[in-house]
Amino acid sequence: MQPRLGRLLLMATGVFSQGRAKISERTLRTDKWWIQPLITVGVLLSFIVYATWRAFEGAHYYAEPLISPFYSPCLSTTCVEGSSLLGTPFGHIVIFGMVLSPAFIILIFPLGFRMTCYYYRKAYFRSFWMSPPACAVAEPHAKYTGETKAPLIVNNGHRYFFYIGLVFNTLLTIDALLAFKNPQGQWGHMSIGTVVLLLNATFLWGYSASCHSCRHAIGGRLRHFSKHPFRYKAWTVVSRLNQKHQNFAWVSLIWVAFSDFFVRMVSLHPTWNKYFF
Amino acid sequence: MARTLKLRIWRGDDKTGGLQDVTVEANHGEVVLDIIHRVQATQMGDLAVRWNCKAGKCGSCSMEINGKPRLACMTQVAAYPEDETITITPLRAFPVIKDLVTDVSFNFKKAMEIPSLQMPEGLKPGEPRMQQVDVERSQEFRKCIECFLCQNTCHVIRDHEENKKSFAGPRFFIRIAELDMHPLDMLRNRKKTAQEEHGLGLCNITKCCTEVCPEHIKITDNAIIPMKERVADEKYDPIRWLGSKIRRREEVL
Repeated sequence: MQPRLGRLLLMATGVFSQGRAKISERTLRTDKWWIQPLITVGVLLSFIVYATWRAFEGAHYYAEPLISPFYSPCLSTTCVEGSSLLGTPFGHIVIFGMVLSPAFIILIFPLGFRMTCYYYRKAYFRSFWMSPPACAVAEPHAKYTGETKAPLIVNNGHRYFFYIGLVFNTLLTIDALLAFKNPQGQWGHMSIGTVVLLLNATFLWGYSASCHSCRHAIGGRLRHFSKHPFRYKAWTVVSRLNQKHQNFAWVSLIWVAFSDFFVRMVSLHPTWNKYFF
Repeated sequence: MARTLKLRIWRGDDKTGGLQDVTVEANHGEVVLDIIHRVQATQMGDLAVRWNCKAGKCGSCSMEINGKPRLACMTQVAAYPEDETITITPLRAFPVIKDLVTDVSFNFKKAMEIPSLQMPEGLKPGEPRMQQVDVERSQEFRKCIECFLCQNTCHVIRDHEENKKSFAGPRFFIRIAELDMHPLDMLRNRKKTAQEEHGLGLCNITKCCTEVCPEHIKITDNAIIPMKERVADEKYDPIRWLGSKIRRREEVL
C-alpha cells in the first residue's frame, strides 16, 4: 500500500497522529515482514478450501475400519453403514434443497476450538485482518475494538471449545484403536491407516494439552502453588508443552487434513492401505 | 575504523521534521548508540537522544531502527549489511519532543492507575513468608526495565490514538498479572478492573509485545493470556462463576 493511501485510510490517527514524528511511511521495516502472514494465509486458505469441499462432498469418508476425522463421530442417518460409533441421532437434514453432510453437524466444534485458540488468533489477526500485519507495521483500519464486542468477544469462551475438543480427541483415539482391525472386523492387524489415525490422535492431544485454557485449568488459576503440589507439577508439564502450542497447532491441522485425504483415497482405492500384519 | 556507515536519522519536533542522511565511521563491535554518539560529537551537536546505562538495563535508549522497536545500546551495527542504510527514528507510538526523544509520560500515568500490592491486614514489615513456587511466576515480570518497547509496538495504541484513554498496554498487564498472581495480594477486583478499566479485552494476542521485549519476558503467554483466562473465570464462564459463589474458594486458590 502506498504511504499516501495508508495515511488516508488511517485518517490521521495511529502513527500519523498529531504530535508524533512526521514520517510518511506506514513502516520503515526493511526485512520481508510480509512473508509470514502470506504463508499463513496460504496454508489456512488451502485448509479451508479443502475442508469445505470435503464437508460438502459427503462421501468417501469411511473405508472400514478407517473413518475420516472430518466425519467422526458420524451422527446422521445419512452416514455410511458401520461408520456411526455413537449411533445416528440426527436424521436427514435438508437445507436449501440439499441434504446436509454429516460433517457439518460436528465440524463447528473443532472449528470453534481453532478459531478461538490463542495461537490462531495471532495467525488470523495478523494475516487475514492485518491487525496488525506485522509488528510495527501500521494496520489499515480506522477503528479498533479488539475482543470487547461481538463477534470477537466469543473468543473469551475458548475453554468451552477446549472441553468439547477433549471429547472429540477421545472419539478420534477410539477411531485410531479401531484401525487395529482389518476390513473383515478382526482385531490384531495394523496398516498405514492405523499409523495415520494414531498420529492424528496424538497431534490433537498434543494440541489440546498445550492449550492456554488447559494450562489455566490445570493450575494457572491458582494463587498458591505450594498448597497444590500435584497441580503445580502438572502445570509445569503443561507449561512446557504450551511453549510448543504453535507447532502442535500447525502439525495437527495439516495432519487432520492429510488423514481425511488418506481415508478418502483408501475409500476409492482400498489397496492404498497396506497392512503390516 | 572498520566501515563507513550510511544513516538516516529523524530530526525534528512535534510540529515538523524529517529524515536526514549522515555518513559516519563505525568500529568493530559498536552498537547503534555508539554511532549516534559519534554523529552527535562530530556532525549534529544538537541531536537529542535519551540514554543512560548503555548496558540494556535502564530502558532509556528505546527507538526504532530500520522500523523495528529496539534498544540502541543492544543493537549491533554488524547485524546490518555493509551496503544497507540504517534508518533511525523515535518511537512512533508516542509524541515526539525532539529528534529521537519522545514523551513517554502516558506510561507513567497508566502506572499510577494500578493499585499497588495490598498486604493482609495486621501483617507487619518483615513478617510475610512466601514459598519460592508461589512467587516465581511474578518474578519473571520483575525483569521489566520499562523501556516501553512493548507499549510502542502494541498496535492497539500505536495505530489508534483514541485507545490510549482506555488501554493500559502490555507493560501494565504484566504488572497487573504480577499482583494478581501474588500469594499475599488481597485486592480482589484486579481481574474486573483489568478488563473494564485497563482494556485487557482490546488485546488480540498478536504477540508483538513479546517479540520486542529485550528482557525476553513472555508477556503474552505468561501474563496477558493468563489474565484473560482469569477474567473469563469471573466474567465469561457461568459455571466457574456459579462454583465460586457456592464454594468461595478464593483464599484457598
